[in-house]
Amino acid sequence: MAILLTENAAKHVASQMAARGKGVGIRVGVTTTGCSGMAYVLEFVDELKAEDKVFENHGINVIVDPKSLLYLDGTEMDFVKNGLNEGFEFHNPNVKGECGCGESFTV
Amino acid sequence: MVLFTIAEPGQGRARQVIRRKRAAGIDLGTTNSLVAVAKEGKAEVIADVHGQRLLPSVVQYRADGSHMVGEAALSADANVSIISSSKRLLGRGLADIRYQLPYALQQDAKQGMVYIETVAGPVSPVQVAADILKSLVERAQAALGGELDGVVITVPAYFDEAQRQATRAAARVAGLNVLRLLNEPTAAAVAYGLDKQLQGTIVIYDLGGGTFDVSLMRLHNGVFEVLAIGGDSALGGDDIDRAIADWMLQQSGTNGISNELYRQLLQQARTAKHVLTAAQSTTVVVGNWQAEFTRDTLYQLMDAYIDTTLKACRRVLRDAALTVADVTDVVLVGGSTRSPRVQQKVQEFFGRLPLCSINPDEVVALGAALQADVLAGNKYGDAALLLDVMPLSLGVETMGGLMEKIIPRNSTIPLSRAQEFTTFRDGQSVMSFHVYQGERELVSDCRSLAQFELRGIPPMVAGAARIRVGFQVDADGLLEVRAEELSTGVKSSIVVKPSFGLEEHDIAGMIKASIDSAALDKARRSLREKQVEAQRHLESLKAALRQDGDTLLSPVERNTLEKLMQELAEAATGEDAARIERLTETLNSQSRDFAGRRMDAGIKAALAGQKLDSLGESL
Repeated sequence: MAILLTENAAKHVASQMAARGKGVGIRVGVTTTGCSGMAYVLEFVDELKAEDKVFENHGINVIVDPKSLLYLDGTEMDFVKNGLNEGFEFHNPNVKGECGCGESFTV
Repeated sequence: MVLFTIAEPGQGRARQVIRRKRAAGIDLGTTNSLVAVAKEGKAEVIADVHGQRLLPSVVQYRADGSHMVGEAALSADANVSIISSSKRLLGRGLADIRYQLPYALQQDAKQGMVYIETVAGPVSPVQVAADILKSLVERAQAALGGELDGVVITVPAYFDEAQRQATRAAARVAGLNVLRLLNEPTAAAVAYGLDKQLQGTIVIYDLGGGTFDVSLMRLHNGVFEVLAIGGDSALGGDDIDRAIADWMLQQSGTNGISNELYRQLLQQARTAKHVLTAAQSTTVVVGNWQAEFTRDTLYQLMDAYIDTTLKACRRVLRDAALTVADVTDVVLVGGSTRSPRVQQKVQEFFGRLPLCSINPDEVVALGAALQADVLAGNKYGDAALLLDVMPLSLGVETMGGLMEKIIPRNSTIPLSRAQEFTTFRDGQSVMSFHVYQGERELVSDCRSLAQFELRGIPPMVAGAARIRVGFQVDADGLLEVRAEELSTGVKSSIVVKPSFGLEEHDIAGMIKASIDSAALDKARRSLREKQVEAQRHLESLKAALRQDGDTLLSPVERNTLEKLMQELAEAATGEDAARIERLTETLNSQSRDFAGRRMDAGIKAALAGQKLDSLGESL
């Protein structure tokens, strides 16, 4: 089981962590919300929880709780520019359907 | 595709964050245009190098092919064509234009587009608008220090699809990325921060130089819905100038003056009107005649015009079945609302202080700039994205001519909804989808948008096929309907523009009809549902009888069932819903035994010849 970070994504996470000045990694998770069932969680982590799993990618700790990992296993996080916007994008092989805006998904 | 940013711990959902973008709001007006940009939630109008904030919506075309925009275009000499008020021509055909224009028009025979004849050859209104947009964008780019990432352009709420498309086309010609076309009244409400309220009923009173518009909007959870619009496309401050000039002529007893002199009088009238915004009286002069022009006189001249606008306000409220007491905010837009008399009369009419603290010439552009900033992704504080809504429900026709609504009215766009449907008959291989728009329960009362077929459904028993019908509406209101059979993946889709050719009053009419006939519709829907239900039972029982009728039923039992079926089939063509329901129920209970026997037989067949251990596995 694993969560992957592209090199580009790792670079951006590293620079954002540096700008923030603290933190041990980023948390990737899912929460039940949105118009299509689940939505992603993406936040900085200052303290690990006992049950957390940690995956290292290009020097960045990606932290996932075991429940979220069931929905995220094999997910790759990339950093992309798209027209006016730029940000992180999830490629989640478990997703069966997304809502129109792509903010939430079903597995 | 959605992009995320990393949030602080404990914030829950992932959010989007984006670097600052250069975005501008453009008020493309009939008489004047403006551009504004927002920084940190504060918008300001961008002036040109001379400090001019308003750009006259005028373009001068010269025989050598060059052109000038704005103030510079007003200076006339020989061999130039000066185009003003061309906004009235955007997206219009020659037949739509029923007023005098100071230039000649011709119509493209093929596309029905209007062209303006100029010394530089025919010019389309789209080109004129594009030239004005380019001039505005140059200002914004100079102020923001680079290419614009996107713009929001405001349009009157009454602009139909063709006029909106023409506005978009003009932006495209000007090389602009349009984030959204925003209704002018909505932009004004946004400028006053009314979109931050949870809900409200807002009147936008827009009295400009040549036009009057009143819009009644409902705000609910960040969504502005236009309830009713009204106004007069030939009423504005210019009429008051003319009334003052005519009064001066009448008082001074002057007859038969030249056009040139009348123009000067109009100019004097305008100045006097502006002076009286602050002063009590001023002096006016016609030749040797001279008089005091007082506020009282001005108000007498103005009141008839103001009363006309208030009549339009009353009509708009009536159209929406609301009263003055329902209105929570009144916003004043347009230079003419600077007049204390207008403010006073509007206040009296609505019984509340109108919002007029923002420059009424700029308020629309400022609102557009705030919205452009948010749309481009520059989020600040609690700024929310303004959402557009679908004015009418969208759905497909289901058995019995029923309207199955998939996207309810007032849903915010963009959005996507899907629903699963199934086949009605055994072995059905084609399904026809008829897309409708409207609020009524029967499709015959709704507006047909499009029709398409899904072919190649594999043969299955009725009800076994799973056909997913997805409706997707993008930010521009473009609807795509897809149908997919889930086991084989056969697909079919169609794209439609639901609002095309639909006028605001048509929408209001369709909504009203649905309310008026709600009870009737409910009864009709219920009847149709019972008819369809009966048909479905008959179909499946017929199939079962074909298969097992001889082996599992005695001739007497079979005869009883068939008689009942015939009775139900007859009833189902009639209008007696209760009878259909009762007969369906009877047939259901009478055939229960038969169904039980079929199930037993099916299990026996499945178990036959299987060993106990393999059975354990499969169980």
